[in-house]
Amino acid sequence: MTQRWECLDGNEAAARIAYQLSEVISIYPITPASPMAEHCDDWAAQSRPNMWGITPDVVEMQSEAGAAGALHGALQKGALGVTFTASQGLLLMFPNMFKIAGELTPSVIHVSARTIATHALSIFGDHSDVMSARSTGWAMLSSASVQEVLDMALVAHAATLRSRVPFLHFFDGFRTSHEVDKIAMLEPEDVRALVREQDVLDFRARGMSSEDPVVRGTAQNPDVFFQAREAANPYMDAVKGIVAEVMAELSERTGRQYDLVTYTGAPDAEKVILVMGSGTGAVKETVKVLTDAGEKVGMVQVRLFQPFPSEELVAALPETVKSIAVLDRTKEPGAVGEPFYLQTVAALDESLDAGSAQFERRPRVLGGRYGLSSKEFTPQMVKPIFDELGKDAPKKHFSVGIFDDVTNLSLPIDRDFVRPRPEGQVQAMFFGLGSDGTVGANKASVKIIGEGTDLYSQGHFVYDSKKSGAVTVSHLRFGPALIESTYEIQAADFVACHQFGLLNKMPVLDRAKQGATFLLNSPYGPDEVWEHLPSEVQQQIVDKGIELWVIDAFAVAGEVGMGNRINTVMQPCFFKLSGVLPEEEAIAAIKKFVEKTYGKRGEKVVQRNYAAIDLSLERLHKVETGPAPASVEIAAIVADEAPEFVKNVTARIMAGEGDLLPVSAFPVDGSFATATTKWEKRAIAQEIPIWDEAICIDCGKCAMVCPHAAIRMKVYPEAELGQLSGDFKSKDFRSRDLENHKITIQVAPDDCTGCGVCVDVCPAKSKTEVKRKAINMESFMATAEAERARWDEFLSIPELDRSALPRDTIKGSQVLEPLFEFSGACSGCGETPYVKLVSQLFGDRMIVANATGCSSIYGGNLPTTPWATNAAGQGPAWNNSLFEDNAEFGLGMRLALDVQTANAKALLRKLAPTVGEELVSAILDNEQDSEASIEQQRKDVDQLRAILEGVSGESKADADSLLSLSGDLIRTGVWIMGGDGWAYDIGFGGVDAALACGRDVNILVLDTQVYSNTGGQASKATPRGAVAKFAAAGKSSGRKDLGAIARAYGNVYVAQIALGASDTQTNKAMLEAEAWPGPSIIIAYSTCIAHGIDMSTSMTHQKDAVKSGFWPLYRYVPSEAADGQPFKLDSKKPTMPIKEFVESETRFAILARTQPERAAELAALSQADADERWRYYSQLADVQRSIPSLEHEPAAAPADGSASSSHGKGESK
Amino acid sequence: MTVDLSTRYLGLELRSPLVVSANPLTREPEAVAKFEEAGAGAIVMPSLFEEEIENEEIELAASLDQGTEGFAEALDYFPEVDTFIGEGDRYLRSLETLKRQSAVPIIASLNANSVGGWVRFARLMADAGADALELNLYRINVDPSRTSVDVEDEDLELIAAVRAAVTLPLAVKLSPYYSALAHFAGQVVEAGANGLVLFNRFYQPDIDLDELAVVPRVSLSHPSELRLPMRWTAILRPQLGPEVSIAATSGVHSGGDAVKALMVGADVAMMASAVLRDGPGKIADIEAEMRLWLEENEYSSVMQLRGSASQGSVEDPATFERAQYIRTLHSWAAPPNLIPTA
Repeated sequence: MTQRWECLDGNEAAARIAYQLSEVISIYPITPASPMAEHCDDWAAQSRPNMWGITPDVVEMQSEAGAAGALHGALQKGALGVTFTASQGLLLMFPNMFKIAGELTPSVIHVSARTIATHALSIFGDHSDVMSARSTGWAMLSSASVQEVLDMALVAHAATLRSRVPFLHFFDGFRTSHEVDKIAMLEPEDVRALVREQDVLDFRARGMSSEDPVVRGTAQNPDVFFQAREAANPYMDAVKGIVAEVMAELSERTGRQYDLVTYTGAPDAEKVILVMGSGTGAVKETVKVLTDAGEKVGMVQVRLFQPFPSEELVAALPETVKSIAVLDRTKEPGAVGEPFYLQTVAALDESLDAGSAQFERRPRVLGGRYGLSSKEFTPQMVKPIFDELGKDAPKKHFSVGIFDDVTNLSLPIDRDFVRPRPEGQVQAMFFGLGSDGTVGANKASVKIIGEGTDLYSQGHFVYDSKKSGAVTVSHLRFGPALIESTYEIQAADFVACHQFGLLNKMPVLDRAKQGATFLLNSPYGPDEVWEHLPSEVQQQIVDKGIELWVIDAFAVAGEVGMGNRINTVMQPCFFKLSGVLPEEEAIAAIKKFVEKTYGKRGEKVVQRNYAAIDLSLERLHKVETGPAPASVEIAAIVADEAPEFVKNVTARIMAGEGDLLPVSAFPVDGSFATATTKWEKRAIAQEIPIWDEAICIDCGKCAMVCPHAAIRMKVYPEAELGQLSGDFKSKDFRSRDLENHKITIQVAPDDCTGCGVCVDVCPAKSKTEVKRKAINMESFMATAEAERARWDEFLSIPELDRSALPRDTIKGSQVLEPLFEFSGACSGCGETPYVKLVSQLFGDRMIVANATGCSSIYGGNLPTTPWATNAAGQGPAWNNSLFEDNAEFGLGMRLALDVQTANAKALLRKLAPTVGEELVSAILDNEQDSEASIEQQRKDVDQLRAILEGVSGESKADADSLLSLSGDLIRTGVWIMGGDGWAYDIGFGGVDAALACGRDVNILVLDTQVYSNTGGQASKATPRGAVAKFAAAGKSSGRKDLGAIARAYGNVYVAQIALGASDTQTNKAMLEAEAWPGPSIIIAYSTCIAHGIDMSTSMTHQKDAVKSGFWPLYRYVPSEAADGQPFKLDSKKPTMPIKEFVESETRFAILARTQPERAAELAALSQADADERWRYYSQLADVQRSIPSLEHEPAAAPADGSASSSHGKGESK
Repeated sequence: MTVDLSTRYLGLELRSPLVVSANPLTREPEAVAKFEEAGAGAIVMPSLFEEEIENEEIELAASLDQGTEGFAEALDYFPEVDTFIGEGDRYLRSLETLKRQSAVPIIASLNANSVGGWVRFARLMADAGADALELNLYRINVDPSRTSVDVEDEDLELIAAVRAAVTLPLAVKLSPYYSALAHFAGQVVEAGANGLVLFNRFYQPDIDLDELAVVPRVSLSHPSELRLPMRWTAILRPQLGPEVSIAATSGVHSGGDAVKALMVGADVAMMASAVLRDGPGKIADIEAEMRLWLEENEYSSVMQLRGSASQGSVEDPATFERAQYIRTLHSWAAPPNLIPTA
């Protein structure tokens, strides 16, 4: 049979095998493992059969802990089960993993190994998660490449059934998991041959059955537990032999040689590196270069890590070995060394003791850390390790790949070490934006070449952490020989820049090799482009003899109706210029691929792509390059007035130079200053909103809905105008509350993403031309310069006194300074306007616990943070613990605040004679229920601090203590924020606990009805009929009514809001929630890119959601009055059919295009849901309910530690 | 005496001249069953618009592409769609369903903006079992450089192309806005149409005064709108001869309206607004009214009635021409409050 080749990534390779060999697949999303689960869900939705002809049951659980529990149960019943995870997710599975292994249950967990969050979260790859799982009793098998993932996945599934020991199969996240490689596929016969049917039958026979009952999971006492624990030893002992046996069978069938450990290098090597995972590639390449040069070096790749193949490892080493470096991709602070190192040392020691080692002298062993959080690992880093191994006094423990100038552990990087290019290999780099389709086209190119020719192909893709205007860099390799380079391209033959603007922001040509070809998407033609290039780029082109080609891809895409998606325009140009394939063959292949990919989406889409391909080659031009005088300078990354840290550290991360920063540049505990997005002038909008003061009616709606705080409203005394230039726009402010004031609406041109939501909601239209509003989208190029000057002037106007306007109006809230600005959220994000509003209303006195998810990424992903400060330096203090524990985390903050406030008050009373009764009373009696009283409290506390600083003698200790707590005398709110995945699913238990606790916490659920951050997986907030990942066939059940659960407590303030439907209700709910002294929860409907809507009409969709009864607005205001009616229904009776609403969103509409009958059925049910919800809520509006409360509640925790029966209204406020 | 209601339309034998014309309900199996039960002679499905198919494809592709491959944790936002049932597929499925359940003819309707689109879908509709095809020439010609001849030639080319592609009976639904309608109608027949549907009602845009926005607004027809198709049916019936089918549509709301339409020469009276307003049962009411009138006036069949008052059959043929306008104006009396009294 001829070998079948396909191009796929590691996640898909693992999923292909797992799906074939499973009956129950319990899943939960986590980066970078989610795609494995998504593939399985997609295939199950298409009723694809597994190896036994049945469709596996794919079930999404509420957390990884849940997924592991369901897996455990399925296994115990005797069904073949699998799951996928990474990082924290794996940690949540530990309790069940111990059980599954302890019960000798065959199973596999495929892990896209990822960093565990410590001082910071990281979604990238290392072995800190899997190394934490060593004690669970699972065998651990590692894959170093996509090919190995496919093969080792099968080995894991086959070996677990033979050995009864469960297998953890892992590969490096965001390298192997997402790298697209051409690999040799396994056929169903291969799978059948390795997975023996009798093993399956035996496993099934051990499953729970009332026909043949047993009891498992007993409790055991000291008398027997220990012995029983040792009883399973022979099974683990047999694992190595079984894995070796399965590997041999696989090698026999495929010709690909696998072993528990594999030695490569000189037979007489003296220096050997031990490595596991994707780092293997770089080490192997280095060994090849060095041995070719006659050096005595070698390497051992370890595949089975646990049970550790001690004898095999020692046996694999050449007897000549003198020194060994063991590389761990994890860090275990305080340990003698990392796990791989320790295992190796012990293995050598034991073999020497036993006299079985072949070497005369015990080799010296060094332990090194590399590649944490996907830090690049290249031959330039490997070479110095061999150098170190040759030294007389090497570093016993080292790190490599960074510059550690604090503990001086790092080895240098040998930048002069060059690995010769394999013959015939082409290396290409592409710089683009997420929105332009560059990565998609490159994945296609990898497949076109890999699957259509004899060449090998590899694609690796790097993304930045912004969700709007995100830059992507693609690294593609093609060649006749197997590609093992698992690191970024360092010397590209071909560089393409798909966005002209990136030339000013990134070192696009730094990695172009001498004589490279450079393809540039340029608005300037071949005759004029040269003079528009930044001088640095010109210089590199001249110095490296680079051949420059240009095409105006946006013009071509526009002509054929493809908008910003320039992928199909740029791709043919790459093929033409790179010469990987003959031009005609390449064009035919691209068209064939287009037909295959887009054919199912319709003929028109295919035709447009064809048109783009044909037109692109006509418009590609070679440029006569300089030498020419330098014409355009690259602007400084950040403004000169930025703080030193921003200039020295943040700016370098922004410029893509983070790898070059030394250890000493960083804070030791992960703390960073806030208010840094303002230095990151991204200028990503094509169009920005421009104010027309003649039409404006001062409503403030534009500022209210702006997801990026990029359109602002300021009201100021008329006298300020004198300080401003004539170009500055203003108009009279219409307000009964404030006379003789002016108003200005101003865009921050470089911070705006151009989403257009502000224009969509603007209600003011021109009397003479109805299409013109009080703000209108206009060309960025044409307006940016003037608007920049206006923005600077705007910033110079002092903020209005916070109590000048009532906060419960939109105008009143929108004159308050946003302390959440310019986040990297998606253009048109539905979440951020809520977050921004909270920051406006309470930002100067709040602390935030933020669940992991979109809001923690746009809120706290380096290099910058949108959480900001006011002129006095006050602003939200923000923190992210985990995904699963956010409510508890926030509650802990509340507990601390309460205890500290109580302590401060007690000290204040105690120090009254020193401080003065009047000031003490003023501070203690201040209710702090208005902006003015809070301002007064700040002044009084300042006065108190001044007094305390002067205290000496006996009271000094108390005074110092009070001084440290004085900030806690200012009323501070705790805001617990996160998405629906957190609040409805993984963190629900904690949310419930926080609500039940009765303490004053404000929970804001940014409800997008899916796990947005990980790509739109269904949560329990996902509505019926919506198609989401993990609900590929449309969700059958309705969304959970989280508000109803919260209302059940009676003392919880609950609001369901949608800004686009009622901004006043949103504003009111925020104020009420914060004012309520007990727990509050606000469930905020947040439009999301995952809804499949035009995000510029985000607010209109929210309006329709309410109008159709899909999302009724209400507030539940706990009342002490016996005849109180706490439930306030704030929206009107639905006037729009649900059908009309759902047809306007792709998440629903897609089901009508895949399963029309099911869609119609679910739509009818959704209408029934809405009708019933309305009927139920209408009745609730009449229900009387009151909360009994204690007369005098203690300030902090009640003496019995329980506050669940009260609403926590005490003197803490 | 039982009146014979049967008629022939596009070569199809219909049990009744009351046909439900294209409207959103004629795609819904349940509604169609009710129309049939109420006595409809045939059903015309709503037009399949080529632009709608294309827009759907493009919008969906754009929507699924939105935000993809830009952010490491979310490389896309929707599950992989393996098969995609577009508007065209859904239409054909509905057609198949209706054919399976109905005893009366099902006429598919098509509006395309390219020759390719017309031909492709005409064939698919024929394959799906349509009894006849109605081509809907729905266009607003706003290009000032195009003459009436350009516009008409293009329409005729489309009709000829479809004629060449399918053997199904073909009706062409016209708008009343052709400058030389009588001439054009003849050419349409020459190009291969078996019948004409008079007329298409264009939904006119409206202004929303609250939003200051132009909005599409559907308004149902009024009985007075029947006059226009009546006039042209009367004029064209003798010109085109008895073999060419004519359907009168717009403003048929009662048995009397249907009788009038048939009387001036229509083979069928089509209705949409009446059933949208009053429900499918309206057809039975209209049929009863029509039957009663025919009985009272001692007609034995619809065939007898058909064309009895066409332009060729009336005493004063000019009634259907311009002179009638003057008479109508003269016959109009101003409401009393309009003219001030001395």
